[in-house]
Amino acid sequence: MSNPIAHWSPVGQERAKEVLGQYPEKRSAVMPLLYLASIEHAFVSDEAMREVAELTGITPAQVQSVASFYSMFKRESVGRYLVSVCTSISCHLLGGDQVFGAVEDASGVQHGATGDDGTFTVEHVECIGACGGAPAVQVNYELVEGVTPDKAKALIAWLKDTAPEVVLADEMQHLFGGQRSFDWGPTEAEGAVGPVPAFGPFGSAKEGR
Amino acid sequence: MTERILTARMDAHPSDSNTIARYEDTGGYQALRKALTSMAPQEVIDEVKSSNMRGRGGAGFPTGVKWGFLADASPRYLVVNCDESEPGTFNDRQLTERDPHQLLEGIIVSSYALGVDHAFVYIRGEYPKAARRLMAAVKEAESAGYLGDDILGSGFSLTVTLHLGGGAYICGEETALLNSLEGRRGEPRLKPPFPAIEGLYAKPTIVNNVESISNIPWITMNGGAAYAAIGPERSAGTKMMSISGHVKRPGNHEIVMGMTWRDFIYDLGGGIRDDKELKCWIPGGASSPWFVPSVHLDTPLTIDDVAANGSMIGAGAVVVMDETTNVVAAAHSIVRFFAHESCGQCTPCREGTSWLQDILERILSGKGRPQDLDLMLDVSDNISPGLTWPPAMTTICPLGPSATAPVASIMRWFRPEVEAMIGEKAAHV
Repeated sequence: MSNPIAHWSPVGQERAKEVLGQYPEKRSAVMPLLYLASIEHAFVSDEAMREVAELTGITPAQVQSVASFYSMFKRESVGRYLVSVCTSISCHLLGGDQVFGAVEDASGVQHGATGDDGTFTVEHVECIGACGGAPAVQVNYELVEGVTPDKAKALIAWLKDTAPEVVLADEMQHLFGGQRSFDWGPTEAEGAVGPVPAFGPFGSAKEGR
Repeated sequence: MTERILTARMDAHPSDSNTIARYEDTGGYQALRKALTSMAPQEVIDEVKSSNMRGRGGAGFPTGVKWGFLADASPRYLVVNCDESEPGTFNDRQLTERDPHQLLEGIIVSSYALGVDHAFVYIRGEYPKAARRLMAAVKEAESAGYLGDDILGSGFSLTVTLHLGGGAYICGEETALLNSLEGRRGEPRLKPPFPAIEGLYAKPTIVNNVESISNIPWITMNGGAAYAAIGPERSAGTKMMSISGHVKRPGNHEIVMGMTWRDFIYDLGGGIRDDKELKCWIPGGASSPWFVPSVHLDTPLTIDDVAANGSMIGAGAVVVMDETTNVVAAAHSIVRFFAHESCGQCTPCREGTSWLQDILERILSGKGRPQDLDLMLDVSDNISPGLTWPPAMTTICPLGPSATAPVASIMRWFRPEVEAMIGEKAAHV
């Protein structure tokens, strides 16, 4: 059988193999493989879904039924920085809607859209579990808590100007954050390298890589 | 009483409570040693049963009793629910990020008790830091011989797999979570069969919340009776409570239940910001009916007292609103959440939540009609007949009925305010 992901990066192929080996049934690897495919294809394209289908032994339609269910699998091209602003109840009460408006203004991008230069995709999202540090924002799923509209504008300008290769939660929190839900513990040097959660095989990197 | 089971280590050692060195240095992995060297699996289960701990994920079902339902077939699985997504809740995030070894030791001891050799942790996709910290803990534990083959020479072996969610609240419902883990849409399953009989891959499966499992090392070390002795009889042990919204000191608190809501909000929460008046609060996450100070401030914070007052503690998420709050806008935020997160299987939920969102938006935009108030209640009644709590169900899972809680709450406690917004021209969104 031909290798459906022979054109993936070597590290992507290695990680796909690793993920497939983690579950008693291959179909369970659909979600992690969709994250990996998102990195290879920049988003969950039709081709990506065909590849994941072949790897897991189900049909492309079945893969699509999964990809379309979850809000974190993006079916269209996403900017370098995915900026997600929480507007669920605790963030709503403390100005999350105003923070979202500030992000839209500063980036020039509306909810669900990607800017022409591909720098930003902007979205308002439902609860991200940062209610004690409301209002909260994530950039490529890395968190900043206690954000104000002004701080949000500064965050967008900083992303635009410095174009960090690795998005680090602690760095953003230090520069643009305020009240936190709780003490985060030791500073982390690992962060996100794209609009996919930075975890193990899916697109994380250490600062300075 | 200042009993602390879950958070003492992270508070005493903020810079390294997540590392194995600190964990071992503060008594970590002793429960695993004790269980593997001196306890039969059934003895561990018996301690959890006698602890009277009620599941911390929201439903409050006794963990030991749940374990007792696990069918005697093989393989069987333990699945830990770290898909914490209820608006207002952020305590599993703290437990996982700040003390991942406590959770992991709980997983290993529980797996030993339940005869499981492969456990899964389903972590919501928006918690990459929690996933990274837990993964680092898994690797440390493997190197130290606490995880993997022949743990501590006991013959017991365990693999732990971390699975990242995709941003769907409904996957916190245990059968939706199992579907998601199987690589399917996160749609809840009809019960029965319950997961303990047919769960992951149709095999016997226990699904437990992060906080529940994080308590297992302490219960194993100190015994179920010691845990049961903490707090009120039917709300035993400590409970992680998240408080957010218009309070001076938002955050998580590990409490012994039984204090009044007044003490919780004004003492632990520091009171209302800018010393404004308290208007209302949500006692147990976005799904729960709201409480108001004129009735509930001196109600004890226990699972049963909150239930007796027509609401629930749920996963322990308190959202406080002060006198400046537009309750229609607040209810709209919550209803929009449920409309967005409805999986779409059941018509009353799929259609009803969107209808409620539309009506609330109409009122907020100043175009509300007098009949909209009764229409909202009628739509809610079609999702959950009678609007009682616990809710009557027309759906597979409680998501739809949960969406009626904010609507019923504002109509019950703040109807004149909602009426006043009808016909107002000013936009409130």
